[in-house]
Amino acid sequence: MGPFFAAAAAGELRIQACAECGRLRHPPRPVCPYCRSFSSEWRLMSGRGTVWSYVIPHPPLLPAYADVAPYNVVVVTLEEDPLIRLVGNVVAAPDAPLNSADAADVTIGLSVEVVFPPPIEDVVLPRWRVLDVK
Amino acid sequence: MAPGEVDGLCSYTMEATEEVDIARNLGLGDITFFSQVGYGGGAGCGTVGHAAMAVATGQARTVVAWRSRKRGSGQRPWASRVGRLPAPIAWTRPWGLLRPVDEIAMLTRRYMHEYGATRDHLANVAMNCRAYANRNPNAVMHDKPMTRDDYMNARWISEPLCLFDNCLETDGALAAVITSTERARDLKQPVVTIHAFGQGIPQQHQTMTNYFNDDPLMGPSYACAQVLWRQADVTPADVKVAQLYDAFSPLIPLSWEGYGFCERGEGKDFDRVPYNTSGSGLSEAYVHGFNLINEGVRQLRGTSTGQVDGADVALVTSGEGVPTSALLLTKGR
Repeated sequence: MGPFFAAAAAGELRIQACAECGRLRHPPRPVCPYCRSFSSEWRLMSGRGTVWSYVIPHPPLLPAYADVAPYNVVVVTLEEDPLIRLVGNVVAAPDAPLNSADAADVTIGLSVEVVFPPPIEDVVLPRWRVLDVK
Repeated sequence: MAPGEVDGLCSYTMEATEEVDIARNLGLGDITFFSQVGYGGGAGCGTVGHAAMAVATGQARTVVAWRSRKRGSGQRPWASRVGRLPAPIAWTRPWGLLRPVDEIAMLTRRYMHEYGATRDHLANVAMNCRAYANRNPNAVMHDKPMTRDDYMNARWISEPLCLFDNCLETDGALAAVITSTERARDLKQPVVTIHAFGQGIPQQHQTMTNYFNDDPLMGPSYACAQVLWRQADVTPADVKVAQLYDAFSPLIPLSWEGYGFCERGEGKDFDRVPYNTSGSGLSEAYVHGFNLINEGVRQLRGTSTGQVDGADVALVTSGEGVPTSALLLTKGR
């Protein structure tokens, strides 16, 4: 299991960063595209972000996904860097199914925070819930 | 021209039929040049471009570029459940972004948000292709007209994209023969010239799920367009007809913008150039875009069922959203 998913299993959102120039990059890869360093570290994120775009898939889908369709898939831009975007889902609660969020709530620009659902087999897939505006 | 004259072969890396099988079945001559172009539907124009370069450099004298595909039957490529996912799809599919349509729908939603595009703009594309298919007896959708209501009432596949934003799934095979202008002048068919050719992979591009760079809506067509127009003696204003890769309807506005026919965000309203005049991937057949190449050739020979008057310069493009390629074809002499 790679560092991203190991961190998620520990309840942390970590993104790869260059250990020399410091720039974040995602998806992870061996070499920093900015300074060509092979040294990297896994930096802890705040877990807050903004929905950049979203789709609502309908069948035909793989069976486990068809069972909960229609559901949302979002791309979330992280607060730390506008170029770091993660694919995920907006859910009502960490352990709630993919179709648990009110579809009308999912819009571009929505503020979200990361949640960590129970593992599927041994993998924790970070998802998102609407950030409470206090 | 006899098949024995063929000494070069080009196809897609995804092509299942090997060069040796084509050559043995058709009784081709000694093959002195063969190449495959990668990235699925991005490869189409690349196969013709590589063939033209081989003829120009003397590596071969006559090259066949082809694509055959079985998609009307059998498992869909995304439906495999074998093994753990490799990068890059490990970063998208587990969250339910499973199919090419989901991946392109994500970019489409953002395009609609940034530029005010609506489903009506996408319907315009689907209806354009269907109307040309209705004139083309060889189109799968020849006998099926489409109204705006048909489009708006179609079932969702991945919102904001509905059934008619998706290409067909077709069993089919197409080919083109590329040789020198001198040799072509001896043959029965009117000469069509490969005027310019381009390929493109933009910086920090990720195939299909291009969400991870600073401008995800600036796709491979922008990179491809640079070399295409640099090599050309014509400009977008000279193009009389276009065959734009349409696995999904939103690729049409993105392609008009990428190939320089209009500004960013204006592709949704662009209507100066007739396009996809056979019905194309949405309504003729989806054979990884190779039928767009053949239709570009027909337009310049004056034999299209959707013939454009005075067509002397044609643009043909391959898959947008993946490392891509394009051709400018002109009427030969």
